[in-house]
Amino acid sequence: MIGSRRQILVRKILIWIALILGACFAGLPVVWMVASSFKSNLEIFAYPPALIDYSFSFDAYRAVLGDPQRLRFFFNSYLVAILVTICTVVTSILAGYSFSRYDFRFKKILNLIIIGVQSVPPITLMIPYFGLIVWLGIYNSYAALVLTYMVFTLSYAIIMMTGYFNTLPRDLDEAVMIDGGGSFVTLWRILVPISLPGIVAVGVYTFMLAWNEFLFALTLTRTNDMRTVPIGIHLLMGQHSFEWNQMLALSVLGSLPVLVLFLLFQRYFIAGMSAGSVKG
Amino acid sequence: MAQARKISEPTNIAWEQRKRRFLPYAYLSPTLLLLAALTVVPILTVFLYSLVDNVIVNPNPPQFVGLENYEEVLTNRKFRGALSNTLYFALVSVAVHFVIGLSFALLLNSRLLGDNVKAIFRVIYILPWVFTASIIAILWRLLLNPHGVVNFVLLELGLVPELMEWLSDRKLALNAVTFINIWAGYPFYLVSFLAGLQGIPEDLYESGRVDGGNAWQLFLHITLPQLRPIIISLALLDFIWTIHQFTLIWMTTGGGPLRSTEVLSTYTYKAAFSSHEYSIASTIAMVILAICTVVAIFYVRSQRMADE
Repeated sequence: MIGSRRQILVRKILIWIALILGACFAGLPVVWMVASSFKSNLEIFAYPPALIDYSFSFDAYRAVLGDPQRLRFFFNSYLVAILVTICTVVTSILAGYSFSRYDFRFKKILNLIIIGVQSVPPITLMIPYFGLIVWLGIYNSYAALVLTYMVFTLSYAIIMMTGYFNTLPRDLDEAVMIDGGGSFVTLWRILVPISLPGIVAVGVYTFMLAWNEFLFALTLTRTNDMRTVPIGIHLLMGQHSFEWNQMLALSVLGSLPVLVLFLLFQRYFIAGMSAGSVKG
Repeated sequence: MAQARKISEPTNIAWEQRKRRFLPYAYLSPTLLLLAALTVVPILTVFLYSLVDNVIVNPNPPQFVGLENYEEVLTNRKFRGALSNTLYFALVSVAVHFVIGLSFALLLNSRLLGDNVKAIFRVIYILPWVFTASIIAILWRLLLNPHGVVNFVLLELGLVPELMEWLSDRKLALNAVTFINIWAGYPFYLVSFLAGLQGIPEDLYESGRVDGGNAWQLFLHITLPQLRPIIISLALLDFIWTIHQFTLIWMTTGGGPLRSTEVLSTYTYKAAFSSHEYSIASTIAMVILAICTVVAIFYVRSQRMADE
């Protein structure tokens, strides 16, 4: 039989070896980044390398957090990501409701277009965006970033919201309608409250996309008071002398929000990740 | 859907019907407005630019040139180099993502592991996904630096003869950025496969075992076919996303050295914002869009089939 004790033990050991090797592949680079952010800039590439050395200090963090300009990057990133999340969630609830509960003439084609938007390369949109955003008079503003990011968050969010609403029985909203509630009342009073898990998944995923965006933040902002954390890191890299420890400290701090969201809302985060490929 | 409300007055019914026809569009209007202004219009603009010479910053008046720009781009050696780098980058990424993602998913799905162990390792395995491309770029520039820890370990183990210039050696750079992209992207597969594996009914395996199948046969004849729809949509989506990738390459190698890691997106960016050849940049942008659209059509089809 397959199940002799010895064989199971051998398999268990093999699985554990693979498990730990995999964890090293995934986790060690991150550990090294965090450890290096506590070193002095001189010790970053010391030979032989050590995970923690005598130069351990919080200096790099102090330098980053004590610099008002870099704090501004964080403020901008938070503000833009939160605004994008709110706008995306509201818009996708409305659109998802429409796709899930109504039959209308152009439904199929509109649905296709929204799925298709995911495949439009950001670089294709970038050339005309520059002119368009200037023409709209919102170049170098939060509005430019929020609106552009929504183009990349919305289609995903709508697909997820529609999917979520589809899992809820229609009898539910029909009961409210018969009682005299309009469709809008039905949506906000009935569907939205019970769709909270889906909404959280959409929100967490949207926040991550917005927090991480780089290309448009680079091209649509000009002054440092409008720039976000990824651009702040990019600016540090462009300097002549690399302040490695500060760059790494900024990276660690810049990863924290998404990391915290991931750890707190793991289930929803994962639901967002797999929404595109796994049909519920 | 039939009418939910029963209203006796005929005028009211007509009004209700009209409202019902109009409502779905009203709910969609913010989305449609945004997508029209920020997707449809820009795509049409890029298309127009690609047919014209002397666009944007240029003292000469714009001139309609038809498909000349396409001819110029498609026969250009730099473009072909960037295209082949892009395809290599994307195809290798997709293939290795698949292998790593599926291996980790099978590992985490093992019945020999307790739930807590699985939960902890799942978090570790998904970790790379949490980091944004610019931070991943910094992280790997730190590790792959000639004096970095990767070279130290490989040298100590005798796997490399000397300190390697992973990101600045023409022969190594493309594989190095592909490796970084592999590290950054496999969790997407892992998570989808984990969800997929949990959806495979246990009795399929039971009957497979009764028929005398060993673990490898069960994997080949049950697991893989069951995961097929997920595999297809994952691969297509990932292929599109990898072609979109700009930040990672821009911040690790910038397309260099000597264009050895130049992909279509960095090439477009340089054509537009360094050389100010907006017509050429728009033409390349249209080519990328065309590639992605073709793949997207297959993706939508595969999603449809999964729906039915």
